[in-house]
Amino acid sequence: MALQAAIAGLKSQSGSGLGLSMARLFASAAASPSIKVEVMPYKVHRIEAPSNVVETNVEELMGFYKLMYKMRRMEIAADMMYKAKFIRGFCHLYDGQEAVLTGIEAAITLKDSIITSYRDHCQHISRGGSVVSLMAELMGKQEGATKGLGGSMHIYNRKHNFYGGNGIVGAQIPLGAGIALAHKYKGEPNVCITMYGDGAANQGQKYEALNMAGLWNLPVIFVCENNHYGMGTAEWRAAKSPNFYTRGDYIPGIKVDGMDVLAVKNAVAFAKAYSLANGPIVMEMDTYRYHGHSMSDPGSTYRTRDEINAMRTERDPIERVKKLLLNNGVDAAELKKFDKEVKKEVDDAVEQAKQGKIPPLPWLWRNMYVEPLGAGMRGVLPDEYHVPAFDPDYKS
Amino acid sequence: MLASRNMRASGARVAAAPAQRAILAARSGRRASLAAKAQKKEIMMWEALREAIDEEMERDPTVCVMGEDVGHYGGSYKCTLGLYKKYGDMRVLDTPICENGFMGMGVGAAMTGLRPIVEGMNMGFLLLAFNQISNNCGMLHYTSGGQFKTPLVIRGPGGVGRQLGAEHSQRLESYFQSIPGVQLVAVSTVRNAKALLKAAIRSDNPIIFFEHVLLYNVKGEAGDKDEVACLERAEVVREGTDVSIFTYSRMRYVVMQAVNELVKQGYNPEVVDLISLKPFDMETISKSVKKTRKVIIVEECMKTGGIGASLSAVIHESLFNELDHEVVRLSSQDVPTAYAYELEAATIVQSSQVVDAVHKIVGATAPVRA
Repeated sequence: MALQAAIAGLKSQSGSGLGLSMARLFASAAASPSIKVEVMPYKVHRIEAPSNVVETNVEELMGFYKLMYKMRRMEIAADMMYKAKFIRGFCHLYDGQEAVLTGIEAAITLKDSIITSYRDHCQHISRGGSVVSLMAELMGKQEGATKGLGGSMHIYNRKHNFYGGNGIVGAQIPLGAGIALAHKYKGEPNVCITMYGDGAANQGQKYEALNMAGLWNLPVIFVCENNHYGMGTAEWRAAKSPNFYTRGDYIPGIKVDGMDVLAVKNAVAFAKAYSLANGPIVMEMDTYRYHGHSMSDPGSTYRTRDEINAMRTERDPIERVKKLLLNNGVDAAELKKFDKEVKKEVDDAVEQAKQGKIPPLPWLWRNMYVEPLGAGMRGVLPDEYHVPAFDPDYKS
Repeated sequence: MLASRNMRASGARVAAAPAQRAILAARSGRRASLAAKAQKKEIMMWEALREAIDEEMERDPTVCVMGEDVGHYGGSYKCTLGLYKKYGDMRVLDTPICENGFMGMGVGAAMTGLRPIVEGMNMGFLLLAFNQISNNCGMLHYTSGGQFKTPLVIRGPGGVGRQLGAEHSQRLESYFQSIPGVQLVAVSTVRNAKALLKAAIRSDNPIIFFEHVLLYNVKGEAGDKDEVACLERAEVVREGTDVSIFTYSRMRYVVMQAVNELVKQGYNPEVVDLISLKPFDMETISKSVKKTRKVIIVEECMKTGGIGASLSAVIHESLFNELDHEVVRLSSQDVPTAYAYELEAATIVQSSQVVDAVHKIVGATAPVRA
């Protein structure tokens, strides 16, 4: 919950004071000396670049560090659990890309919507979910985020406007445009952050959604998380133009250093203001995933270990923030202490998830339909009948 | 729809036979011959669908329409004629030609609480949106652990028209029937079209709503703004004793034409319009089967994997001892629909074939009545 408070604190300090402001939870935040950081200049398409000097302070940076480190430990734990066969099927890990999501969440509120692909574990955390419920979902337990029915690729949080968790590459892009349409339809001053990857950027439905969003000035921010590999295919082998931020053509675009949380936050805040006033905008986040595409992919057959190690040493998002903190008077011992706490929290969550219960068999026929009228569904054997029920709380 | 009822103002269950005014002649699909007893104002099916959409949009501000040419053009079959003037461009949204894209948009909007009616100009075009319909629309309620509903209505004309060619004569009900989480409804009369569309719009489940290209100009009486049918209930068109004929959509008229002929010959067939293609109304179906003990399914779907294939399996598996004869299934041939008139006619079921099937299953002469 302290983490949640940290995020809320970040939002209230968002540079341009946009959207709905949340209660200031850190009274001392304003008193902390401002740190000015120069980030990599933005590359832009059909729009003027925002300033690349970002103001921050130690509180905010600590919040970033904590969230990103938690995401990192969680994904590493998922890796270990997958290898230990507690997690099965597909498991797509986000480590290396934490700065993108952390920066986005810092610039928006929980009333703005997020939708993403199957690389969705960390969105669950940033949108108010617990590590335990994520781990339980990955292990297929009933205490999981979607009751063990969704799995790694189908994590949702309706209350905090997280629309998943989508398995098919690119299918979430039109959904995101639809969510933005609904925001506009209902007159809500909110945007929909529609996240997809460099592989999905070649899907036709992305251009269909861009066209419609542009036609109707929908408040959607298309975020391309360019980690340079669409599963095993490098971006230059899949895309004639790998300048994803320009591929919206008539839609303006910004390219951001996705390994720098401050650059991301600043750009997304700018994009949100733009989007609410004018309509869609495309953002390309230059980022990197340390793991392969999923746990079935070693991640080293199409890229070199040198490249991966270089990223880790030179551009790791957590190390960057850590350096900033240490340079601005934060004690290394304090950070170490926090690291230990997070490791323990994640380890405890894993153990707790392991003790979770298997979803009961009747849940197989829950919530296929709203009000299914008691019509029987046939089972595997000729004489089996099951009655689907509407039971969103899964009481029975 | 827990309050399942086929309601008239009088409260009696709507039986299609007396209310059925229009019976299509064999050779001219679009002209309807009116029965002499027409008294109340008769409208065409497209007007009835339009009335349903209009009434529901007025009643609930979250209902909106999206699709190609639904707004300024008025809808390619006039089902949304003039509605954009009344409700504005945002509620009657003209989309570009991108079925995958706008179906996804409809699903995304539905997840937030809106109730879009997504129109496919022809159901066949929705093959492009299959992923969105199957994965994001049908399965979402389940995979989100009950969190997100998708109260969409996906509607449009399907079926074999008049020499429209193979790609515009598709029957998608058979492709969609396996998708878990969706409901399939096929309308056939003016009355049931309006009442069922209203029910579909109000339903919280995703409904795929099959209209037929050749039925838009069928005339009949429509109910008032409170008449809402049950989406899961089949319609008994004609009660009988000799054989149960299960059908839906335009084939209902083909069957009724055959029935007119059969009645003259002394037969007494029972005709049931399935209406709900998924789930089947097993209550009505089994009641009919138990009564007649003989079943003919007449459908426009292909023979392979059609609605009739599923229904035939269900009837054989659960009502085997109630049958005196195996289920006879009249379906379209497994070929792309040819352009030439005669070949197109040979692809789909004709009323003479229904008559022959009844002769075969009941007997060459009508049973002797006591």
